[in-house]
Amino acid sequence: MFKKKWSITLMTTLCLAMVAAGCGNNGNNGANNEGSANGGAAESDSKKVTVNFMHLWPEGVSAGQNKIVNQIINDYQAEHTNVTIKQEVLDNEQYKNKLKVLSASNQLPDVGVTWAAGFLQPYVEGNLFTPVDDVLGGELNGKFVAGTTEAYAVDGKTYALPLEFNIAPIYYNKAIFEKYNLEVPQTYDQFKQVVKTLSDNGVAPIALGNKDRWTGSLWYMYMADRFAGQETLSKAIKGEASFTDENLMKAATEVQSLVDGNAFVKGFNGLSNEEAKSEFTNEKAAMYLMGTWELPNWTTNADIPQEFRDKVGFFKFPTVEGGKGDINSWVGGPGVGLFVAENSKVKAEAKAFVEYFVTKWGEQSVTGAGVIPATKVDTSALELPQLYIDLFNEMNQASSITLFADVQMPANAAETHLNMIQSLFGKAVTPEKFAQEHDAAVAK
Amino acid sequence: MDKVMSNKKMIALYVLPSLLLIMAVVYIPIVLTGYYGLNEWNGIGAMKFVGLDNYSALIQDDNFWSSAGHSLLLAVFSALSLILYLIVAMVLSARLKGSNLFRKIYLIPMLLSSVAIAQLWLKIYHPTNGIMNSFLESIGVANPPAWLAEPSLVLFALFIPILWQYAGFYILIYYAALKNIPTSLEEAAKIDGANAFQIAYKIKLPLAMEVIKVTIVLAVVGSLKYFDLIYVMTDGGPNGASEVMASYMYHQAFRAYDFGYGSAVGFFLLVICLIATWIIRKMTVTKDTIQYS
Repeated sequence: MFKKKWSITLMTTLCLAMVAAGCGNNGNNGANNEGSANGGAAESDSKKVTVNFMHLWPEGVSAGQNKIVNQIINDYQAEHTNVTIKQEVLDNEQYKNKLKVLSASNQLPDVGVTWAAGFLQPYVEGNLFTPVDDVLGGELNGKFVAGTTEAYAVDGKTYALPLEFNIAPIYYNKAIFEKYNLEVPQTYDQFKQVVKTLSDNGVAPIALGNKDRWTGSLWYMYMADRFAGQETLSKAIKGEASFTDENLMKAATEVQSLVDGNAFVKGFNGLSNEEAKSEFTNEKAAMYLMGTWELPNWTTNADIPQEFRDKVGFFKFPTVEGGKGDINSWVGGPGVGLFVAENSKVKAEAKAFVEYFVTKWGEQSVTGAGVIPATKVDTSALELPQLYIDLFNEMNQASSITLFADVQMPANAAETHLNMIQSLFGKAVTPEKFAQEHDAAVAK
Repeated sequence: MDKVMSNKKMIALYVLPSLLLIMAVVYIPIVLTGYYGLNEWNGIGAMKFVGLDNYSALIQDDNFWSSAGHSLLLAVFSALSLILYLIVAMVLSARLKGSNLFRKIYLIPMLLSSVAIAQLWLKIYHPTNGIMNSFLESIGVANPPAWLAEPSLVLFALFIPILWQYAGFYILIYYAALKNIPTSLEEAAKIDGANAFQIAYKIKLPLAMEVIKVTIVLAVVGSLKYFDLIYVMTDGGPNGASEVMASYMYHQAFRAYDFGYGSAVGFFLLVICLIATWIIRKMTVTKDTIQYS
């Protein structure tokens, strides 16, 4: 009898323990929500508010950015003693996945990081982000670089405020160019000559990690821009023109002839962007087409040897003879921006924080992280690396900036675009098929 | 204790917690996945019921069937590799000098996490600085292939680390099964004049049969739903040449934002695994289990 009683007790305890453990997580969430709800309701009295902020700059990966984020948050909390900013930090890919999962259960953080255009679209349609036009029209009015906030607009309303702005130049290793007596190419023919010389001398001309696919997309986009012109490319991406355009087809064909000419590192379709970058930093490859977010690595990042950093230069993607694009047309666009959740209990505080964050980010990211912010910054008074200043000036002279195709397109079409890019580079599709698949995907 | 176990209510009480747990984390999600598969859903906004559209699209989807083909090929290779593992386990269980050490060596890959293994093999397969190609070049191969970038090679290049990863697991299972066979049987056979091959084939193999059947199911089902190394090493590329069913599901749901379709793929994957298990059970059924002692 004792045994039976004992086992019942044990069983009940176990049951309770499991139930408690199972609900533990929910319980916490509940408490959190309650906390912020109380905060919102009791605003007039104690004004204790918690704003949840989710971002993607972990200390290990983006040390510079992480430091700035913490700095800004500390300053903000010091100025607004009633507000507590609670951070949640995740790595890029995990961040994207978590944002999806949270939005499926309608539990987005009050403030978070988002990408532009195609990425933003479903969230706006799902009524998850709140418009931030009031913030944009306030103190920040006119502070953004032209064309940046538009990428976050849907149906005339802006749903996020951009932090970074990027363009993609071709970085090159000056020492390698000098060794083989090469000049920076101005035209595409000269560029092909450079590729040939390097390739004949056993140096991999271009580092490309096309496992990630968007890396190859940059090459295709520039090629398309230079052959067909910015307008045609832009229209094709939006579905207003066909990818079977004669000049766009020429661009796709030219990509394949670069592949045939051994322009890219061996096995590029199996290499990640990180691996390709290390080919460039190890001086095994001479050129690397990448966004200006890499700038800190060529200027201030102490983890990369000074001798190498001094060797990095850049040039604009060369023009094609008879092509419609001009040399000051860039591929690039705003990077990440900040959104405020529609169902946030502390919307007003969240918006105030976003406004503060964007302003401070502009001032501090230039010197602290060496990236180019989306807000206008006066750099004349600051002491900055020459490479940074040159690119910064190039950006201000840009005749047009085409937003990255995979960001611009809706997710479904972007996936087709990226897969087709990999196939085009791997010569698994013909330029004709490449164009048809694009038209079909964009039309969907 | 017997008294407790004969009480039906007590049994129910014991089973309840784990039953609830498995319902909540396994069976309910499976049903939900099947249901999501009937909807058009981007994972964020409202769901739109579309009936069997996703499933009919799936049946006509060439990309899905090619990924299913890759999964099936992996299943065949894993099942065949079991023969090799069984032989290794037999040698190890034969109380040879140093077999203890080898057992540990074979087990090590199992202790590493998938991502670590993936990183390791990425370095080995690196087209220019990898051990593989450096070795091939040193023995005079002029232009060794870029293993993970060659659509015709990539799948087989991936099979090697995948099979290597699980070798230790199966060897350990077989080793335990073989160690369970009473030595008296082996000694009796020896006295009757049986050679090593006969002992292995007539005594050890039949007695380990039950375990072998289980491992076949494990290997086949495990391969059909395989994901991790492929995700890290090639992400299904290049040009979908190493896409398997699970990675295709992931790409549809999380990259193309098509949760409805992704769920349909997931549900189909479950059905395929169930059918495979059922077929294997049917094929390996024996009337009575062999008992020598």
